[in-house]
Amino acid sequence: MDIKFDAVKNYEKTKKIVGYLPREKTKPQDYYEMGFKCGLEIHQQLKTEKKLFCRCPAGLYQKKDEYDAEVIRHMRPTLSEMGEYDGTALMEFKTRKNITYHIKNETACTYEIDDTPPFILNMQALDIVLEISLLLNTNIVGELHITRKQYLDGSIPTGFQRTALVGIEGEIQLKKKKIRIIQVSVEEDACREVSDIGHERVYITDRLGMPLVEMVTYPDMKTPAEAEEAGQYLRFLTRSTERVRTGIGAAREDVNVSINGGTRVEIKGVSHIKWIPELTHNEAFRQKALLEVKKILNKRITDPSKWRIKSKDVSASLLKSYNCPSKNLSGEKNRIVCVNLPDFRGILSFFTQPSKMFANELIDRLKVIACLEKPNMIHSEELEPIISEDELSYIKKILNTKENDAQIITWGSDQDIKTALETIEERCLLAFKGIPNETRKSFRDGTNIFERVLPGPNRMYPDTDSAPIPIEESQIQEAKKSLPSSIAHRIKQLEEWKIPSDTYIYILKQNLFELIKKIIEDFDENPIFVGTLIGHKLKNIEGKTNPVSLFNYSKIYALFAYVIKNKLKKEIIKEMLPVMYKNPNMDFDSILKITKYEKCSEARIISFLPDLKEKFKKINNSKKSSQAESLWIMGELHPIAKGNMDFDRLRRMVDGGKDE
Amino acid sequence: MSDLFKGYKGKSLLVLKKFKIRVWSETLIETTRGEFKGIILPRSEYDDDLHIVLKLITGYNIGIDVNTIINMKELGYKEAHYKIPEKEFPFSKGKPNVKLFGTGGTIASRLDYRTGAVIPAFSPGELYGAVPELADICNLTTEKLFAVFSENMGPEEYKTLAIAIGEEIKKGIDGIIIGHGTDTLHHTASALSFMVQNSPVPIILVGSQRSSDRPSSDAALNLIHATKAAGQSDIAEVMVCMFGPTSDEYALLHSGTRVRKMHSSYRSTFRTIGDTPIAMVDKEKITPIWTDYNHRRNDRNVEIYPYFEEKVTLIYYYPNMQPDIIDSLVENGYKGIVIAGTGLGHVNKLVYPAIERAIKRGVAIYMTVQTLWGYVHMFVYDTGRDLMSKGIIPAENMLPEVAYIKLGWALGQTNDLDKVRQIMLSPVNREITEREPYNGYLIFQGGVPGIDDFLKKFHK
Ligand SMILES: [Zn+2]
Repeated sequence: MDIKFDAVKNYEKTKKIVGYLPREKTKPQDYYEMGFKCGLEIHQQLKTEKKLFCRCPAGLYQKKDEYDAEVIRHMRPTLSEMGEYDGTALMEFKTRKNITYHIKNETACTYEIDDTPPFILNMQALDIVLEISLLLNTNIVGELHITRKQYLDGSIPTGFQRTALVGIEGEIQLKKKKIRIIQVSVEEDACREVSDIGHERVYITDRLGMPLVEMVTYPDMKTPAEAEEAGQYLRFLTRSTERVRTGIGAAREDVNVSINGGTRVEIKGVSHIKWIPELTHNEAFRQKALLEVKKILNKRITDPSKWRIKSKDVSASLLKSYNCPSKNLSGEKNRIVCVNLPDFRGILSFFTQPSKMFANELIDRLKVIACLEKPNMIHSEELEPIISEDELSYIKKILNTKENDAQIITWGSDQDIKTALETIEERCLLAFKGIPNETRKSFRDGTNIFERVLPGPNRMYPDTDSAPIPIEESQIQEAKKSLPSSIAHRIKQLEEWKIPSDTYIYILKQNLFELIKKIIEDFDENPIFVGTLIGHKLKNIEGKTNPVSLFNYSKIYALFAYVIKNKLKKEIIKEMLPVMYKNPNMDFDSILKITKYEKCSEARIISFLPDLKEKFKKINNSKKSSQAESLWIMGELHPIAKGNMDFDRLRRMVDGGKDE
Repeated sequence: MSDLFKGYKGKSLLVLKKFKIRVWSETLIETTRGEFKGIILPRSEYDDDLHIVLKLITGYNIGIDVNTIINMKELGYKEAHYKIPEKEFPFSKGKPNVKLFGTGGTIASRLDYRTGAVIPAFSPGELYGAVPELADICNLTTEKLFAVFSENMGPEEYKTLAIAIGEEIKKGIDGIIIGHGTDTLHHTASALSFMVQNSPVPIILVGSQRSSDRPSSDAALNLIHATKAAGQSDIAEVMVCMFGPTSDEYALLHSGTRVRKMHSSYRSTFRTIGDTPIAMVDKEKITPIWTDYNHRRNDRNVEIYPYFEEKVTLIYYYPNMQPDIIDSLVENGYKGIVIAGTGLGHVNKLVYPAIERAIKRGVAIYMTVQTLWGYVHMFVYDTGRDLMSKGIIPAENMLPEVAYIKLGWALGQTNDLDKVRQIMLSPVNREITEREPYNGYLIFQGGVPGIDDFLKKFHK
């Protein structure tokens, strides 16, 4: 009879077939061999006073449970220009979600809920995007055409995002290679999701309509590390304009990944650039796994077009060892169905991502397309069996299965089960073809799940509510006058200054390059001192201090000026900086007082040296190295030396006893 | 020939001709701002002649400044055809037969590049392709009477429509829908209320506030609601069927003589003024609000009165209105004037002599209120009494637009001013009501604590 299937063994075996390696063990060569390709779409909020197409304030957020009114909408697919419904459109319509918007008067007007046509585009936003487009070396369009990009998930109440191209075909220079830019556009941000349970999805409209810049790269990144580097570069670049928002959710990345023989899969809404390597790594292997599945299935089944699932209803009483969670059983007519997947043995537990298998591809689609809340199915290849052997045998019997088949049990309302069965069959059939065109959602652990079917270019429509906006030559010339220096140039300069490279991310992210440059040039300061003061010391202070009011980085320049004017030695800056950061409004004299600075001549400081050396010998019999001695003496002299004497010089005197 | 350059003119047309590039060409354009590649699209004739529209492979449209163009090269040519998927509308025995008359509104639509406008989709097959739910409600047939924008609907169209409705009813239809742009939907509704009387079946006017080329459009749901009301309701009135709240929840059926468009862009723009709506409709059911509506009948005894005098006008009074406004109307041969007066129905003394001259020349003058809600009460103040003595006739609580339509309709039937007066003041269908219910006037004010609490729960 039937040999017991060992899912755990199969999972480990298939992981080997895929050749999955953790990222730290994967070499660039491995990615090249897989044909790893990655492109980025970066969305960055712009620092404008108002939203893009209405006069609501930008950057004002409401609490997720706070609202003045609600509006309910449904998204219906529309006909594309080419006269057909697009794939995503139909899928979303199948889901039949009730979409509720929670509106707050302060942050949304009638535009947000699509009860008024757009007002003229926010010119401040266009100006910022024009600057970014120039920084990305793109070709600037002659005229902006507002275009509608369909989103049927309800995240925008109109059902589309208004967006307009500003530049195309640019490039950026990474350390070792150039990355090409496809396009730069100005567009409106979407709603924030509050919840999505069953057929009910709730959004709030505060973020909706805020201006964004979208930057899209070609899939030129050939390793996960390059993808991260490009992401960082683009982030630094937008920050260098000083006209973009920072903070949680102000920048979001969509990452697309493909491998040889694979399909372009888009991972949406990655909120941290540092997650990109792990995500893209895992996605590459997921695609590799799906290609292996494809090979196996096509070997087993010669004519996939004849492949069909088979399903039968079962009563709850027959499943004694498992209580189907009642979440999906709230409809009027509930069903529990078991499904046979012919020749799918070993596929459901086929490795796809760390701690995920092919069955997850079905589970995630059931949630999104059939609105079945998780857990929404159990199957014959669970790593830890959920139903008993007897029950499984019973199901196999009523489905009249063959040894090489796999089985699923799912449950929900009659209407949802119909969609669920279609969804299961559809996804299984896609496995014969390889990797479905999808957008996927990222998780912190580096894995991803199905979000929706990837829409094609068909989802773009001209916006009939807006007139085109010309971009004049004079506007471009004006914007070119005040462009910040390029990130590549900044990195090169930091390297030339020999500032340690572990400070670069912080310096560029916080856009402190110009400040550092100014301090170095105006005060003829040592670049390494300034670079590490900011890239190490300030970063450290920032990480553990809450300033009483907003700290403005330009105060650091003023601090240098104060120290120089008062003929203090620069070491005192390290003492003053934490105090100043904590109390941004305090005057420098008071800050200096808090550091317990006392004026002391160099001669007097040096005069303590002989006594200290004697003292060291007495108290430190065991450790007599000269290094220990000079460290101890420096420590003793620190309180009076700080600000009064150059530490390097003092150290030399402690060591050699001689002034140069 | 001009078709090759749809919408292009002046400088941009010259540039296209110079490089021998036509609309729909896949083109590589070399400019001082770099290279651009895409398909040349038609340009809206309202836009300037300094840009050429290009659709990029990414789906985005952009404009190229013709002054930056160095060279253009045709790489290919592919004309786009727009077609709405047409599926045969299924006929099921036992389902009511509903007729949809098209006037040019945006019930279902596609885009027109030339103007950037939305072009209606209309045949039953097209509608079924766009809104398949309709087949669950009724057997639908359609007829396009004209294709005009709402603002171009006028007396000729009202008459044609009334006659067509009459014929369709005589043929045995179970319900009628008229697709219509929303701007003057209520004018047409009131005209049909007067021209089509004693209908045995529902006559429903419907439109959409958000065109159907967007996923959140109200068009499909309006059409579903209207079809349901026309095919299945017991209410044999001329009605407007549009969103109740802005949410996708239910529609209201408004009496054709008491309805008005009250917001330039809201979905829930149509409101019954001075009364309650007739009924609510959602996907499942029709819930009457009125108890005394006209019920559906099996007979075919509809009466059609397709009359309209075009020399009728509606003037909106404002302080310091000069008498020459009225004089010039009279000189131009106007036979009827409806005034939307202030407050209870007033105008200033300055225009009195002009009114006297007009009345003397046999012009019918009716007074309505620009407050929209409430009755004309011309006995309350001396001004009102003065005006009445000069021959202005108060039109009770008829809405100004409705009074305008009715006066045109009355003068279309007779020049005898006494008969006109008789017609005007005898309500055909609630255009004048004897009483205004307490809940007939509702304009809530935001910010008032009780109202704001209510708005959090109630969908407006
Ligand atoms: Zn707004």
